[in-house]
Amino acid sequence: MTADPSARLTRLNAEYARALDDDRLEDWPAFFTDPCLYSITSVDNHRQGLPAGLMYADSRGMLQDRVAALREANIYERQSYRHLVGLPAILGDKDGTLLAETPFLVVRIMRDGRMDLFATGRYLDHVMEDSGDFKLRERIVVCDSNRIDTLLAIPL
Amino acid sequence: MSDGQLTRAWPDDGLTRVPYWLYQDETNYRAELRRIFEGPTWSFVCLEADLPQPGDFRTTFVGEMPVIVVRAADGAIRAFENRCAHRGALISLDDGGTAKHFQCVYHAWTYDLEGNLTGIAFEKGSNGRGGMPSSFSKGAHGPRKLRTTTLRGLVFASLCAEAPAMEDYLGPEILGRINRVLRKPIQVLGRFVQVLPNNWKLYVENVKDTYHASLLHAFFGTFRITRLTQGGGVLVSPDGGHHTSYTIDRADDRTSAAYREQGIRSERVGYRLADPRLLESVDEFGDGIQLQILTVFPGFVLQQIQNCLAVRQVLPKGPESMELHWTYFGFADDAPEMHARRLRQLNLVGPAGYVSMEDGCVGGFVRRGAAAAADEVSVVNMGGEGTESAETRATEASVRGFWKAYRRYMDQ
Repeated sequence: MTADPSARLTRLNAEYARALDDDRLEDWPAFFTDPCLYSITSVDNHRQGLPAGLMYADSRGMLQDRVAALREANIYERQSYRHLVGLPAILGDKDGTLLAETPFLVVRIMRDGRMDLFATGRYLDHVMEDSGDFKLRERIVVCDSNRIDTLLAIPL
Repeated sequence: MSDGQLTRAWPDDGLTRVPYWLYQDETNYRAELRRIFEGPTWSFVCLEADLPQPGDFRTTFVGEMPVIVVRAADGAIRAFENRCAHRGALISLDDGGTAKHFQCVYHAWTYDLEGNLTGIAFEKGSNGRGGMPSSFSKGAHGPRKLRTTTLRGLVFASLCAEAPAMEDYLGPEILGRINRVLRKPIQVLGRFVQVLPNNWKLYVENVKDTYHASLLHAFFGTFRITRLTQGGGVLVSPDGGHHTSYTIDRADDRTSAAYREQGIRSERVGYRLADPRLLESVDEFGDGIQLQILTVFPGFVLQQIQNCLAVRQVLPKGPESMELHWTYFGFADDAPEMHARRLRQLNLVGPAGYVSMEDGCVGGFVRRGAAAAADEVSVVNMGGEGTESAETRATEASVRGFWKAYRRYMDQ
């Protein structure tokens, strides 16, 4: 790991959130290594060791397929997110992989202007160097609640 | 809560015109809780796999009634109202866990694993004063007990003594379709709750409506998971309330132009997966059925979409709101490859599912579209007027079946 991993992860998170909130979903898979692991779960499932995710991808191709489905196949009312991503806590460094946990909060804005606190939780990350960039080897999105209002379209 | 006087009426005796007040009317909703959910029906409450050991319990709902489902010391599964006999507070405040007994936090009244009132704090008073009258019988007081029955790892409960035996309630065809999927011990893979902005019946109708699947859900049509031009059909139980729809892939569908010729949005020519492993499935039931959706009246769904298995519990939360409780599962003996396959295929379903996220919002679209149309009607006429099983899914027979059963329970 090069110096100041916390600052580098903070920058990655800022760019990650901007890509999702600015509807540049096509840029989202590139934040991950290939293969990777991306899963959205709840704190209850996570605590009980239940492995299923609301979204689950173990390759960059699956992340690209999620974006393509949102663009081409799935029907949902126009909506956007505003991510507020907190500061990462660096939990350790294992074989060149940085372990980190970062809290987030997402407000969902519907086409009619309704805004709701849609999700809060934490990113449990394995971050590694990949061609000179920081990439997510693994991002488990642990939502604080297991309730999803209406549907979950855009990734967290 | 009163059964209330129902002041609205259906336009006629048929099942093809459904008035929108059924999804809006508060009095009708209260009557549904009494006549259907607390009536002679069976409600799914949990999986046996949720309660492996004596003392293991989960809390859930039958209609809006909070219930505790628990494996008692004798190994049998019991269910009782999650309501203290004293002042009506919730007895358990947890989603689940393991207990030797239950104690209400309010005044520490205690219940055994069968819901019997066994202890009252300061029953004899303090220092010889106060306490309960000596005539008070603990045995005569307690939360209401529900009947329970298990079927292939599913646990159902009923508040009503008149609910028929489960096999008779379902009939042989639906029973066979449950047995087809649930052959082995279940392993829970995850649980999620989806809050839907619509009346519970709009979701149940949506599940029974096999006509919409390949039209609304482009993913289904594009990847030929289910299309109306494939083989399969709809089974409707004789009473109308339960159904199964299923799809068998057919080689001639691969060249069918029916969707393209009708200009249907849901067929996306040239749309391909970057990682096709998502749809690499195994015919684990050995009969070529790649999709089977099954409902048990009033609010249970068993789903097999390729190797993606789940049960869904429909919980009413007022006339215009409901919760959908998803439990994703596999089998305890799944090999690592099958386990990984199920985790990938679970992308198909749930609140973020490729073929189910739309079901989270269409009920809300109906609620909003019909907001001022209480006395107008929806049209349920595909495939005619009856509720018979059919060798096609271009029919709304199972939706009409729902209303047939509904009107009988509701005496409408």
